[in-house]
Amino acid sequence: MTATDRSGEGKRGIDRAGVVIALALAAVAAVLVVDALRIQANVVYGLGPEAMPIVVAIGLGLLAVGNFVNALRGGDAVPEAMDFRPVMLILAGLAMMIAIIGLGGGFIPAMTVLFAATATAFGRRSVITDLVIGFVIGTVIYLAFSKLLTLSLPAGPLEQLF
Amino acid sequence: MDTFAALANGMAVALQPMNLLFALIGVFLGTAVGVLPGIGPALTVALLLPVTYKLDPGGSLIMFAGIYYGGMYGGSTTAILINAPGESASMATALEGNKMAKAGRGGPALATAAIGSFVAGTLATIGLAFVAPWLVDLAVMFGPEDYFALMCVAFVTVSATFGNSPVRGLTSLFIGLTLGLVGIDKLTGQPRLAFGVPELLDGVEVTTLAVGLFAIGEALYVASRRHQVEEKIEAVRGSLWMTKEDWKRSWKAWLRGFGFGFPIGALPAGGAEIPTFLSYSTEKRLTKHPEDFGKGAIEGVAGPEAANNASAAGTLVPLLTLGLPTSATAAMMLAGFQQYGLNPGPLLFAEKPDLVWGLIASLFIANLMLLVLNLPLVGLWVRLLTIPQAWLYAGILVFATMGTIAVKPSVVELTMLACFGVLGFLMRRYDFPIAPVVVGLILGPMAESQLRRALSISLGDPMILLQSPISATLLAIALIALVAPFILKNMSRFGAKED
Repeated sequence: MTATDRSGEGKRGIDRAGVVIALALAAVAAVLVVDALRIQANVVYGLGPEAMPIVVAIGLGLLAVGNFVNALRGGDAVPEAMDFRPVMLILAGLAMMIAIIGLGGGFIPAMTVLFAATATAFGRRSVITDLVIGFVIGTVIYLAFSKLLTLSLPAGPLEQLF
Repeated sequence: MDTFAALANGMAVALQPMNLLFALIGVFLGTAVGVLPGIGPALTVALLLPVTYKLDPGGSLIMFAGIYYGGMYGGSTTAILINAPGESASMATALEGNKMAKAGRGGPALATAAIGSFVAGTLATIGLAFVAPWLVDLAVMFGPEDYFALMCVAFVTVSATFGNSPVRGLTSLFIGLTLGLVGIDKLTGQPRLAFGVPELLDGVEVTTLAVGLFAIGEALYVASRRHQVEEKIEAVRGSLWMTKEDWKRSWKAWLRGFGFGFPIGALPAGGAEIPTFLSYSTEKRLTKHPEDFGKGAIEGVAGPEAANNASAAGTLVPLLTLGLPTSATAAMMLAGFQQYGLNPGPLLFAEKPDLVWGLIASLFIANLMLLVLNLPLVGLWVRLLTIPQAWLYAGILVFATMGTIAVKPSVVELTMLACFGVLGFLMRRYDFPIAPVVVGLILGPMAESQLRRALSISLGDPMILLQSPISATLLAIALIALVAPFILKNMSRFGAKED
């Protein structure tokens, strides 16, 4: 297995993911401070709205240091090798779903695409079957929501028919 | 108020046909979803929150409680039959339970888990009914500074008990606190971290966060390592019934499991992980059949399962009496209360006794329903486990999207959902615990408003936090709990060097 090779190799060196995480935390802390300094509120007694973001930013800053130190010591737990393709496929499915809803395509087509993309990511090879299943599930959910619970889901040309 | 009278009143509420139906739906859904690997009760409640938005609050809360208990039962079935526990609370059960199933004793393993859960769950619910009024009397004396201090304790313990290291737990918590800052400040109307996006002014929806982290994050994570996990379902062979010997070995383990689970669950320490493992190691030490451990000892299933359910009921103590969620599921339950404009705490006991006591009484009913439903339906639950993984996760993503769109039909919200999914995936991959993020999001704004209220009462003097004895004690506990792991770690490192 490749996973075991990698963990043996990574035992000593710097945990690169840990460094990135530490930098990301520091960046979030910086954003919090910048955003808090922009706030102008006159609070006579006690804390204003800018106090809490500063406190959280200090905490994040300390944690960035903590994560950085841990990363320099080297990660003893290097994550196992991962498969990027299915992850990208699911993310593509989510992106398409958001695009369809954003462009007014409606709930059912969006769910059809999302279902088929995810099923394919998990190794299924019959896209047509999965599209049909996704369509049926989307339609059932849409009808249950709009007729039984009277909650509105995004409607496109297809949903107008009901 | 007299506990018995209140409980009798609650029973009358819980026994109304509609509420019975809600409880039944709750335990059924909870078990079904709990059985599915990778989905816990927190996600189930998160997905159902939008659906129940227009229903009656009492009935919905009873249903959520049923889901909560049902999810625990369902998780144990999965742990026993495929050794892939859906949540960390079932990990201890899987140790011996799966061995029993492999040895053809899956039936008695499921039976002792179900009966043990019933016994411990019922005892813990009795405990809840008696501890709650007492704690409510205490909570009435709490000022805002005391609440703030209590939340600090919860912050520390939640991030220290979940996950492998305090730094990782705290990092998760602070991600949650950061997300909690987004939106309009309630006291001054100032927008924070909204970056001019109107959708962000309302803040981050707790359902969107929970669904993104739990559902989408889990799907991405499982997909990324699909080829490395092999799951084998053990068939339930032989009799479901426990022999006389099984009963004899189980009942003490159930009671001890309750003894661990309820108090630890009731403290703001979060999670069922600690009591279940404490129970497991205790049973291993006390057993008269040490040779069975590692090969499928029934005590090793009975104890942790009882502890698991007792701690689930214990978690409801701080949630109902103080409004303090100490686990992801409790945080989702709190979001459920808030959805109806209800705030759990002493006031709720005084203002809506029917609702609170109806909820507590319905826990007894949910427990009984689970016992009756679970064993006969075990075949159905097993069949759920055979749904192909691809369809399972595709369906989960569809339902996750549905839940989010139903709350806020906007592209921004869906984009946030996808981003939280990626966050959840990265956190799983790099071993950061998820639950503190959810708790931080819901508890952070509450802690801030209590602190600011306390400081405006004291005219800005921070010493108020130390002048109240309750607050001073709680803050000291929080500080010790925060610092202790770091000191202990350093001490053990020095010890290692001396060797």
